[in-house]
Amino acid sequence: MTELTYRQAITQALADELEADERVILFGEDVAAAGGVFKATEGLQERFGPRRVLDTPISEQAIVGCAIGAAIRGLNPVIEIMFADFAGVCFDQLANELPKYRYMTDGQVSVGMTVRLANGAGGGFGAQHSQSVENWFLNIIGLKIVTPATPGDAYWLLRAAIRDPNPVLYFEHKNLYNLTGALEADEPATIGKAAVVRAGGDITLVATQLMRHRALEAAELLAAEGVAAEVIDPRTIVPFDLDTVTASVAKTNRLICVQESSQGGSWGATLIASLVAENLELLDAPPIIVGGDETPIPYSGELEAAWLPSPERIAQAARRTLAY
Amino acid sequence: MSGVSADTPAAARIELGLRCFERMLLIRGVEDEVQRMFTQGLVRGTTHLCQGQEASCVGVCAALREGDTMTCTYRGHGAVLAMGAQADEVFGEIMGKAKGLCGGKGGSMHLTDVRIGAYGSFAIVGAHLPIAVGLSFASRYLGDDAVSVCFFGDGTTNIGAFHEALNLASLWKTPTIFVCENNRYGEYSPQSLTTPIERLADRAASYAMPGVVVDGNDLFAVHTIAGEAVERARSGEGPTLIESLTYRQVGHSRSDPAKYRPEGELDAWLARDPIVLLERALIELGVAEDDLAARRGRVAEDVAGALERAKSWPDPAPETRFENIYT
Repeated sequence: MTELTYRQAITQALADELEADERVILFGEDVAAAGGVFKATEGLQERFGPRRVLDTPISEQAIVGCAIGAAIRGLNPVIEIMFADFAGVCFDQLANELPKYRYMTDGQVSVGMTVRLANGAGGGFGAQHSQSVENWFLNIIGLKIVTPATPGDAYWLLRAAIRDPNPVLYFEHKNLYNLTGALEADEPATIGKAAVVRAGGDITLVATQLMRHRALEAAELLAAEGVAAEVIDPRTIVPFDLDTVTASVAKTNRLICVQESSQGGSWGATLIASLVAENLELLDAPPIIVGGDETPIPYSGELEAAWLPSPERIAQAARRTLAY
Repeated sequence: MSGVSADTPAAARIELGLRCFERMLLIRGVEDEVQRMFTQGLVRGTTHLCQGQEASCVGVCAALREGDTMTCTYRGHGAVLAMGAQADEVFGEIMGKAKGLCGGKGGSMHLTDVRIGAYGSFAIVGAHLPIAVGLSFASRYLGDDAVSVCFFGDGTTNIGAFHEALNLASLWKTPTIFVCENNRYGEYSPQSLTTPIERLADRAASYAMPGVVVDGNDLFAVHTIAGEAVERARSGEGPTLIESLTYRQVGHSRSDPAKYRPEGELDAWLARDPIVLLERALIELGVAEDDLAARRGRVAEDVAGALERAKSWPDPAPETRFENIYT
């Protein structure tokens, strides 16, 4: 078994796809000579050359737009938007151009490209560098959205994203870059397939990225109390594997979504709406979201720790749901 | 076909002029019909017409060759027709028909015909400039020698994407030709109210690329300047910014009567109508007035025929709305 960090898994996936397909190119701010501000692209320019791995100016609109143009001419660009929050700077390209180009031209173009964005809170980066930005895109049709939580999933989902002929937003979590794990998997992650990462019959916890790990910690706390929590990582937000969650809730009759954002317009809210609409009778208690507070993400360690759902907060919500 | 200069043999100049004359007449005819179609309730939403700007798009596109790519704005009927789009498919799309260029999913603001290199009309100001950089980046990467032309208006030079795109294009020396069609108004506001400089081509200096100004109503002048920029791009010397000085003879969109125009301005520009100017130039080159009149008649018939065909086409089946979201 090869153990790599989440960061190394990403670098490895990029290298393997650059190696496999000459059409794959990589560009973004500081990704080439400097190897990326999160060091996720280290060594790739040395290995694949400046023709295929390029630094850009700090110009997010130009980065995304240039990738769109290159993609419709048949290249397969992988671009980095560094902190996911910078999606705000190029929201037009990501929301109006990228997902709609194929549809508005009735299929005359195909925009196969991958946008890598560093997501998430917990690192003391403050309100503009810590958000879970995948939620911004839930109401935009035409994108696929991927949120890996382990080195193995990071590797396989990035390769899948690059090979997908559609635009894929690939969110990396900043606080998982140093997490280690194996790349080998019995069933490598694919886009649109959730993973049941801990089996249990009493309550279903659905969580992504950093929250997946905290949900697992919460499940340990609950196990000590005799409660068997099932933990599901959707891994892909769009398309969402509702079937796996529904099958779990059919067994547990209780659902908690754990997310790093406030409730409105979030994937947890969307999941609950879909599940309730189709399968209300499965539920013995109201499904709930354990998420960030209804505030911007604060800076101070104390404040940010209180903002983020902790294992104890998740376990507490589970106890309430079980007692309903 | 590359640039035609003053010493080009007259025959070649006439051939180019006549070809462009017909294309410009076609665009004028289509735009006039679209204006009428609105009053008949045949067009939804809004539309942005380009009467008066025909020499600009036709002159530039005549300097391109097969494989080159073009992107333009929501005021893009002319540019897409200049690339060679079929008038019936243009009308069809504007009416939302199944056989329209985009199956009725795009409409007036998104005419696209990739078969002829018309890679899209974009409805967000400035959005397509970075995309044009990408199209031309791909040409260089693939080694296929194609250039990419990108049309936009004067208002676009005040939006961030313009500056990001020109900066990146110059840095990477992409074969991009940025064509600013300065029609003097950004939506309802004259340039002087929105822009602290007079010559928009001056903005090229910030990005170390040539910025050239051309009389956008003079077909031959536009074609020559565009030909030079295309040559420069194709030979690997990088992008050019062309400022094509022209005039929008109609309002910004269908709901705009353009009452903000100073007295006499429209008349002065109508006297410099690009089709009239080209006609005059062709007569000076020895083309018979009868010949030009006959061409006018033929094109008018073509436009009428194209419109009738497009009107007869069926609307898209409702279920087609689910098609072509993902590949």
